[in-house]
Parts: sequence; structure tokens; C-alpha cells
Amino acid sequence: MTAVAIQPTDMPGAGAADTWNLRRVLQISVIAGVVAIYLCLVGIVPVFAERPLIVDVLELGQAALLITFGAASYLAGMDQVKASWLRAVVVGAIVGAITGAFLTGLVLLGEAIDLRSVFLNASPTLYALLTDGIVLTGPIVPIVAGAITGALAAVILGLPSAIRVPLVIGLSSLLFFGLFAGLLRTPMLVTPLRDVARFMFGSEGLTAAGAAIVFVVSVGTTAIVRRTKPRQRVNALPPRQRRLVVGPLGLLVLALVLLFPLAMGPFFAQVIALVAIFVLLGMGLNITLGLAGLLDLGFVAFFAVGAYTVALLTSTAEYGLANWGFWEAVPFAVLFAMLFGLILGLPILRIRGDYLAIATLGFGEIIRILAGSDLMKPILGGPRGILNIPKPLDVPPTHWLSGPVQIYYIALAFAAVVAFIAWRLRSSRLGRSWMAIREDEDVAEGMGVNLVQTKLLAYMLGGAFAGLAGAISAGLVGSIFASSIQLQLSINVAAIVIVGGMGSIPGVVVGALILVGLPELFREFSDYRLLFYGIALMVIMILRPEGLLPSRVTRRELHTSRELADVPDSELVTDEERREASLP
Amino acid sequence: MTQPVLSVVDVNTFYGSIHALRGISLEVHQGEVVALIGGNGAGKSTTLNSISGLVRPRTGQIMLDGEDLATYQAHQIMAKGIVQVPEGRRIFARLTVTENLKMGAFVVKDKALVLQRIESAFDRFPRLKQREHQVAGTLSGGEQQMLAIGRALMSDPKVLLLDEPSMGLAPVLVDQIFETIGQLHEQGTTILLVEQNARKALEIADRGYVIETGTIVLAERAADLRDNEMVQKAYLGID
Ligand SMILES: Nc1ncnc2c1ncn2[C@@H]1O[C@H](COP(=O)(O)OP(=O)(O)OP(=O)(O)O)[C@@H](O)[C@H]1O
Ligand SMILES: [Mg+2]
Repeated sequence: MTAVAIQPTDMPGAGAADTWNLRRVLQISVIAGVVAIYLCLVGIVPVFAERPLIVDVLELGQAALLITFGAASYLAGMDQVKASWLRAVVVGAIVGAITGAFLTGLVLLGEAIDLRSVFLNASPTLYALLTDGIVLTGPIVPIVAGAITGALAAVILGLPSAIRVPLVIGLSSLLFFGLFAGLLRTPMLVTPLRDVARFMFGSEGLTAAGAAIVFVVSVGTTAIVRRTKPRQRVNALPPRQRRLVVGPLGLLVLALVLLFPLAMGPFFAQVIALVAIFVLLGMGLNITLGLAGLLDLGFVAFFAVGAYTVALLTSTAEYGLANWGFWEAVPFAVLFAMLFGLILGLPILRIRGDYLAIATLGFGEIIRILAGSDLMKPILGGPRGILNIPKPLDVPPTHWLSGPVQIYYIALAFAAVVAFIAWRLRSSRLGRSWMAIREDEDVAEGMGVNLVQTKLLAYMLGGAFAGLAGAISAGLVGSIFASSIQLQLSINVAAIVIVGGMGSIPGVVVGALILVGLPELFREFSDYRLLFYGIALMVIMILRPEGLLPSRVTRRELHTSRELADVPDSELVTDEERREASLP
Repeated sequence: MTQPVLSVVDVNTFYGSIHALRGISLEVHQGEVVALIGGNGAGKSTTLNSISGLVRPRTGQIMLDGEDLATYQAHQIMAKGIVQVPEGRRIFARLTVTENLKMGAFVVKDKALVLQRIESAFDRFPRLKQREHQVAGTLSGGEQQMLAIGRALMSDPKVLLLDEPSMGLAPVLVDQIFETIGQLHEQGTTILLVEQNARKALEIADRGYVIETGTIVLAERAADLRDNEMVQKAYLGID
């Protein structure tokens, strides 16, 4: 009894939010400390210690640690800030300091014993980096830096939201443009904007002046948008006037999309073309997996069929069969991919659930291994591949439509058409019967749905989209090798669909941008690509299990228990029934 | 006597080596409500599933209007006019109420007719109307059962198979569901009703069958079954 009574939470008026909650503070510090050590040991800190975000001010390696300190303190401070700002700042400083102490520990440990035999990156360079402060030097540096950053983060946390939100967005913009600066600079150097580019962007990272401009502009814009709320205003307009605003905006976006490769140069065009190809793949899988609920981990097979069909029919090099043009070959690529959908679908019609994943995985592997095998080598070229696949548009190399720019337009146009088809399918009779099969196969059959036919159609149409993606990809790259067919591709596509939100078409676009576009842009970080994938998947599964842009239905389903406001009727119903049921 | 709409003749159904139905025969005539009562595991659901084609009888005949259904698959049997409301409702949880109803009319090609039937489903169950765009999985148990029945009626079946429609519902809702079945009866719908709630089933039905371990042990008019001593003991809780 007494032991219970002296616990602070049991004191009168002391709710959970009103205590120091040391347990949580420690928990967060330890996690952040481990993350910080991890960042050092996998090499992110030392490798990017010379990669500026802001030239001569802040390097990416250090920034990664500062963000870790800041984020941890921000999280820990959130519990406290309601009670007292000062206390939040103290907690922030403590969390930052403890996190930093982990790094101090790493330095001390590393000086005592050589960790390099296990951790390549635990080098004297790393220790020098961690102990070299602006004012101080020595193992104390991470602790002090952590405490200061943590306190600052908590200070920001306590600001009124009218200041806090723009500030956080300003800092995020610095990070974003700091990462992007070099990429943005290159295409601008060949335009009249070259002096602006030189002034704002270094070859890597923002210049100090550029950082100031980015910060001021982003803070200013956010503050203005928050104050004027243009979105609510537009939404509040009567429909006709709203169209007057939204219409031109849509046209503006379309114009930007169309002018994008001309303004940004072939590198960006290539990246977006690749994103569009993955959008096609994603929309294909969205039919089989998202609508019909049939998991397909061998999706790369359809891509391969599409790509090899185009290659065989058009290549002017060895193994080319017909020397056709790209456009004559595309319908056949789609057709053959559909045929393969049929071939895949037939034997696995009766397989359900988890077994389906394994069966399709096997199918994908069969195709991959066949493509690289000696058996198929005389036809498909094996590892030497099929070369000289013509570009879809036959223009001289100096023409503005040569190279990736034309693939950008073609891939985007196809993605738009396919998105339209996918959207129409969704609300069609066929789309409904797919969803019914996903929900309950037996009952769907009991409603008159022909399971065989409907499932095969799902495999075939999903396959058709993927085959189209393969065909365009062959045109983009100009060649296809056995090694281009990777299990990884099937997994990427599944990840795009899941991250974006199952069954959602805008979700696929967002998923492809994040999981394909970003890694392509940041080639310099390609060593950490899989790490990024893993983190992105975990974060999304924890924070938004329904995906980034879910379809309405999925969102409701996953959030009904927590956010009943979303489905106001359902609670009401049960009450009503309870009352009815309690009558005599 | 006229030809029955549905007749089941000496059907034997197996699950692997389990002999679930041992020579079941029964008939349902036009406009009749026929109750099929029996204990847990007696083979009631298996009888319905054998009729609707979800499981295949090993021997015996199932006939709709005199036509043997043996060569048809489940989805074809449904199109012929036998629709089942499965045990445990099994609505399409992530589709909206309206989409569920549309699925019920999957075999109906005439779009205007589908819309008309959706309206009459809403007339029959006004509570569904209020929730037409709600995801069906968020409906209460009673509403889900209404939706399951509404969905089954969308194709205007010749025979409606109901598998324990009152299962797991509060008493008031049980009454409501049986009221609905009564209305359907008045409107001339032909129904084969499986129920654990034998009392209510026999109140509403014209005739009834009692099934025990895969065999029909009694087949009489519902009123006679209510007076039957064995039925009273085993299924009506009267000593
Ligand atoms: N899929 C199956 N596989 C194997 N055995 C089954 C299967 N379905 C039912 N059975 C068996 O067949 C017998 C009849 O089951 P059925 O489901 O028809 O009973 P029921 O009368 O509907 O019972 P309840 O009132 O509990 O629903 C039972 O012994 C059951 O165990
Ligand atoms: Mg049953």
C-alpha cells in the first residue's frame, strides 16, 4: 500500500503528462544513441563529412548527427512542453547529451581497442571528426553538441505554431535544397539563370547566401500560406468559381510537367522516365494485388516478356528477328505479356494466400533463370543480351527529342492512359468483381462471378501493364540483358504499391517517386539505397499502415477504431442496437 | 401435385473421407418456406452448399425446375436462380453498402433494373439507405445480416437459401429478421431456411425437415413438427 502511495503518479493532481517521465526520456535517448552510433559505423557520418549541405558551414555527415539529436529531443520534449517549456528544454538538453554520450563512449572505446577489424568505418578520421568542435575539442564534444542541439530543438518545440511550423519547414527546406543543390545547378548553368545558380548553389550544397535565401523564402511562404489559407478559400468557393481557379492551376502543372525535361536536362528526364515506367508496373500490380487481392511476387516476369519481345522484334543487332519499328512491336509485347498472365494464372488458380506468394515468386525466378540460361542463349543472347533496340522516335542525335527526353514524354503519356484505364476499371463491373474476390472468393462465386475467368483477367491485365513497362524500358535503355531481370524489381513494385497505398492510383505515383525517383536522383548515396528502402517501409508501416495516399476505403478500414470521426455512423448504430436489445 | 421448384434426391456428400450427407432428399415448392432444423454438425450448411454448388455431392441429384444441376458450376447455378445467404453473413467488408448490393446483381445486365432493385432493397431496409456509402465492414451485425439478405435478393432468385440468418443477433433483431422472412414469404419468395432457432423457424415455415448426422429423420408440416414430441424435446426445449 505505502509503496504505491509514494509513487509520483499517484500524487493528487499529478497526471502522466505532468511527470518527468524519466523512463521515456531514457528510452528515447538510448534509441537515438544507438542510431547515432549506427550512422557513424555504417559510414554515413565519415563518408559524407566532406559533402556540404551549406558550403563552409554545415556538412552532411555532421548534419545527420545533429538531426538525430534534434529529432530525439523533439520527441522527448513533446511530452513535457504542455506542462512547461523550460522543462521541455531541460529534457531536450538531457536527451541530446545522453545521445551524444553514446558517441563519446564510441570514441573512448575506439581509442582503447581497435574496432576497425569489425567496423571498417571506425577509423581515426571518424574519431577526429567526432571530437573536433568549433570551440572545444576532445571526447566531450558530442555531449555538448548534443545538449545544445537538443535544447534548441526543444525551444523550437515550445514556440507557438505560427512560428514553429514555418521554422521547421524552413529547416527542412535547407536540408532538401542542400541535398539537391548540385543537381539543380548543372542544368541551370546552360541557361540565362547561370549567375543565380552560381550565387545560390555550390557544386555540392547551398552557398551561405543561397541557404539564407532558401530559408527566408520557405519560412515566408509557409507563414503566408498559413495565414491566408488559400486552399480552404478555394474549397469554399462555389463550384463554378472553383473551376476557374483549379482549371488554370491544372494547366499550369501540366505545362510544368511538359516543359520539365527541356528546363532540367536529360538527367532529370531519364529519372522521371524511369519513375513513369515504375508507375506502369505499379498500376499493373495494383490490379492483381490491390483490386483482386492476388499477391504476385513474380511480376518481373511480365516486364521481361515485354522487354524481350520488343528486343527480338526490333533489334538490328544479333538475335534481332524482324527489324520492326518500336511501335509495331509494342502491341505484341503487351499481347505476349497477357498471354504469360494466362500461363501463370492457369496453374495457380486454386492456390490461395501465402502459397500464392511462393508460387508466383517461383514463376518469376523460372523466367529470370531461363532468360540467363544456356538453353535460351541462342535466342535471347544470355548475359550478352540483345543490343541496338531502336528508340521509339527516330530523330537525329542533335534533335531536342533525342535521348531520354522522348522516353520521358512517351512513358508519361502511357502512364496517363494506363492510369485512366485503371481508374475506369476500378469502378466497373469487372473491378467490383475483382474486389469481391479479394474480400471473399466463395461468396463472390455465389454471386455469379466466374472465378476462373475473373482471376485470369486480373493476371492478364496486370501483366499487360507490366509488359508495356518492359517494352518502354527496352526503348529507354536500348538493350536488354539477362541481368536486367532481377527479383529486386518484383519487390520494388510491391513496395511501391504498399507504400503508396493499396488500390490507390495516386498512391502508386507517389510511391514510385519516393522509392524510385529519389534513389535515382541521389546516386551518390546508392550504397545506402536498401537501408533507405527498409527505413521507408518500416516508417510507413508504423505511421501510416494504409500507405501515403490510400484509397478512401482502406483508410477507413484501418482507422475506424482509432478515428471514429471518420465513420460517424458506425458508433451510432451499435448504440441504437444496444438500446433496442436491452428492451424487454 | 405440381413439380417442386427445387428437389434434392438421395444426395451423398463427402469431405474427404467424412461422409457428411447420407442420402438426403427434400423438396421445396413454389412460394413455400421450408425449414431445415438440426443440431451442430448435422449437415445443414453442407446441404445448402451442395445445392448451391459450393461443394459437389458424390451421388444423387439436385434439380431446379426439373433440370439436373450436376454439370453446372456454382456461379452458373446462381445465374439459374439459386442464391445462398451464407452462414455468418460474409458481406464484402471493404466494399460499400451500395457496392455490395451491386455485386448481388452481378448477373443482372440491365442497369436500370439494378438501380430499381437497389431502391427496393433500401425500401425494405431503410437503415441500409442511411449507410449506402459506408464500408460494409463497419456495419453492425444486424445491419450486415440485412445487407446479406438484401444482396441475395438483388438477382430476384427462384429459390433463396438462408443459412442461420438469426445467428449471433440480439433478440429484437432476431424478431426483425424473422419478420423480414415473413414478408418475403407473403410476397411469394421461395425459401429454404436453415435455423438453430427451431421455434421461430417452425412458426414461420410451411413445412420442415429435421436432419441428424447427415440424414433426414423427419419430414412433416411445420405445425405437426411443432407438436412432435421428439422435436419438442430435442429442438424446442420442451420436456
Ligand atoms: N470443409 C469441411 N471439411 C471437412 N469437414 C467438414 C467441412 N465442412 C463441414 N464438415 C463436417 O461435415 C459435417 C456437417 O457440417 P455442417 O457445417 O454442414 O453442419 P451444420 O449442420 O451446418 O452445423 P452448424 O449448425 O454448427 O452450422 C460436420 O461433421 C463437419 O465437421
Ligand atoms: Mg452450418
